[in-house]
Amino acid sequence: MEETHRMDAGIVSYGAYVPKYRIAPAEIGSVWGADGAAMGQGLYIVQKSVPSPDEDTITISTEALRQALQRGRIDPQSIGALYVGSESHPYAVKPTATVVAQAVGAAPHLTAADFEFACKAGTAAIQTCLGLVGARMIDLGVAIGTDTSQGAPGDALEYSASAGGAAFAIGRQRVIARIHHTVSYTTDTPDFWRREGQRYPSHSGRFTGEPAYFKHVTECAHHLMEVAGTTPASYQHVVFHQPNGKFPQRVGKQLGFTDDQMRYGLVTPFIGNTYSGAALIGLANVLDHADPGERILMVGYGSGAGSDAFDIETTPELKSFARALGPSVESYLHGGTFLNYAVYAKFRGKIHMGGS
Amino acid sequence: MSIARFWRATPQRYNLGASKCAVCRQVYFPPRAVCPNCTHHRESIGKMQPIQLTGDGEVISYTVVHDAAEGFEMQVPYVLALVRTPEGPVLTGQIVDVTPSEVSIGLAVRATFRKLREEGKAGVIHYGYKFTPREPGAPGRTSPPG
Amino acid sequence: MREVAVLGIGMTRFGELWDRSFREIGIEAGLEALVDAKLSSKDLSALYLGSMASGPLLDQEHIAPLILDYAGLAGRHLPAIRIEGGGASGSLALHQGYLAVASGQYDYVVVGGAEKLTDVPDTTGNQIASASADQEWEVVFGATLPALWALIARRHMHQYGTTPEQLARVAVHAHAMGAKNPLAHYRNPLTVAQVLAASRVAEPLGMFDCAPLSDGAAAVVLGPLSEAKRHTEIPIRIAASSVATDTMAVQHRQDPTVLESTRVAAETAFRTAHLSPSDVQVAEIHDGYTISALLALEDLGFVEKGRAGPAVERGEFTGQGRLMMNPSGGLKAQGRPFGAVGVAQVVEIVRQLRGQAGERQVPGARIGLTHDVGGTGATSVVHLLERREP
Repeated sequence: MEETHRMDAGIVSYGAYVPKYRIAPAEIGSVWGADGAAMGQGLYIVQKSVPSPDEDTITISTEALRQALQRGRIDPQSIGALYVGSESHPYAVKPTATVVAQAVGAAPHLTAADFEFACKAGTAAIQTCLGLVGARMIDLGVAIGTDTSQGAPGDALEYSASAGGAAFAIGRQRVIARIHHTVSYTTDTPDFWRREGQRYPSHSGRFTGEPAYFKHVTECAHHLMEVAGTTPASYQHVVFHQPNGKFPQRVGKQLGFTDDQMRYGLVTPFIGNTYSGAALIGLANVLDHADPGERILMVGYGSGAGSDAFDIETTPELKSFARALGPSVESYLHGGTFLNYAVYAKFRGKIHMGGS
Repeated sequence: MSIARFWRATPQRYNLGASKCAVCRQVYFPPRAVCPNCTHHRESIGKMQPIQLTGDGEVISYTVVHDAAEGFEMQVPYVLALVRTPEGPVLTGQIVDVTPSEVSIGLAVRATFRKLREEGKAGVIHYGYKFTPREPGAPGRTSPPG
Repeated sequence: MREVAVLGIGMTRFGELWDRSFREIGIEAGLEALVDAKLSSKDLSALYLGSMASGPLLDQEHIAPLILDYAGLAGRHLPAIRIEGGGASGSLALHQGYLAVASGQYDYVVVGGAEKLTDVPDTTGNQIASASADQEWEVVFGATLPALWALIARRHMHQYGTTPEQLARVAVHAHAMGAKNPLAHYRNPLTVAQVLAASRVAEPLGMFDCAPLSDGAAAVVLGPLSEAKRHTEIPIRIAASSVATDTMAVQHRQDPTVLESTRVAAETAFRTAHLSPSDVQVAEIHDGYTISALLALEDLGFVEKGRAGPAVERGEFTGQGRLMMNPSGGLKAQGRPFGAVGVAQVVEIVRQLRGQAGERQVPGARIGLTHDVGGTGATSVVHLLERREP
């Protein structure tokens, strides 16, 4: 995607879902003899979401997509492609996307697949849908980014790894936010991984910062603005991948964005790092608040590593879009039911159970 | 429950597929081949039409289960309810994302999609409907969930 | 149709019979009934055996010939038929045995009921019990048998103001009677406070609102009433044997607080016998859950719909009124070996009508009723029994 021309496709509808349960960093720290509150402050994580035992990537995807269909008054049978990006698919082999397609009534005349690219599988799915829609292979595609990721008990990741997701319907008709351009930046950078059969991911500590997240996000953002002929000042909103609250704030400053531009795009402090869902839930929150004619820059990041950047502009269609038919992202940022670590550990399957 | 047995009922458990008698307009969930209302002369045979419930409903009775059904042990205490849908049928299902004290007869709920059970750690995962409280003032479903 | 009488009864102790096998308890009850009926096995025509779940419990189906075989009767090559109808399997077997004798097809039949629940872990036993509810539209969604009865209970409370204390009185009465029954699973008295304080199973039902899982077997010998004098001093005539059904799932009932199957079976039975509820002095009714006893009292016609709670509270069915409920201790205290329950109910009523119930004898009992329920009421079976004076 070296030279991209302006595309005529974009976002037709969207929906986000975050499980109801929450845990605070101080509670996690208290179990491991760490100053969790300080950890939370350092990472800018106030609380993180926890999926209930009956939730997983499939149920979260379904919930988010049902909202998108409801809001966009979309006939599920019109979906030509459905991709779910996640690094926590419930099955190692058997697609998440088929269950979701069946559950929303989109089956059987569509193509469906699961994507995995650490935290940017959802943005990769959007790009794929844009390609299919742009090539007139389908009229409407659905891209979902969802995760119910886990950090190893006691690991720094445990303070942030959470659950949630967002679904985006991509098409050419009734577009509420046009995606003018998208570019990617991809290298082999081993900052975070999970080997086949391993329960928890591993990471390379501070190496996840400069050479990984910051380099990819900034390079990709620069490239996009170059292609689009924009500057940070061209955008009302900016959304970055947000593994914690701190990284996106820092990368935003490095690129020359203001706190005001990041105001709606940063949701991780209140729901935790939803991995493949993180940037997409941020984008959903921006769309919840945006007026027609506003410009949005979104830059996703996935370890391993790569970034996808998008130049987005809301359209007059947004006025008649039935946002109120689904819960706002805002409603997920506050409230929730707080768990202690013991119940959290039970919910997340961290307790070794007896018997079979 | 075997894979085929569960899979067969996917349209109902995922999408609330029901049936409506073309003779008396009564709606049934799960779908029925004959209408219990119109059985005298078997008028309904061949006239049951598929329809989909919207997933909205109201609690008409509930219990807080402490002694779990198989596969529900991690969720105790959980709320199980009889939910009357506006279309007519009553469904048995869990009310999730609530503390039991928040549930009462008359509570407005909406269908959601959750894991029902797993066939062990290595087996198939079964999904289906449960219910969550419908926020006061939330719009009713204008179309089926699927 | 011939008139049919109960000529003999037999029953094992109910409870945790760790050292006894399914076939041992089955044979014990059957042989005791044959001896009680003074019936030579060469006069026996057939066996009807009620069992709900011998397959899941014991990996053993085909149990009717098995029991005959170990009773030493394989050489007679008799018809032996197993009947299943959830928790009402025993009563259904009795219904079939009754029809066989009444029709003239068979002269003397043994009707048995047996279940061995302690050969599987408790949790497995509960799962197996829930198989009498709708697996596909109730159990899959997290329902258990007590949870479904709890849904009924909550609705009954909502519609009629029934209280947890009123429910508790059913269990208190059951244990008071069980204490007088040497064959009962539980013989310890209970207080209302204990019932209310017990750990919750499915609110509003607690552990003591629910009957236990028991081992046990019961049997009766049926024969033509015309021949009864040769076998027993006090023939007990089966005045009616009535079966009715309803929707499998609670969710499909117009009013979850009504057991339509019970209402219809009772109506049919009373009509057949030219009797009314006020003629009955003693009744063994389904109290698998305390709420089920209240529904039974209402739907059998002993009390107006919705009024069973206050009536039980006043002691109307527990010694202060014309009708005594569950003198055996019921399912709650005598025990609940599914397939054996309905037959054991008849054994108790026969004892009562014969005047052989000892400490728990209901004075002057002449007409008795049994009421057995499968699952949450998809099947109800009602029998009316009448003492024939010698």
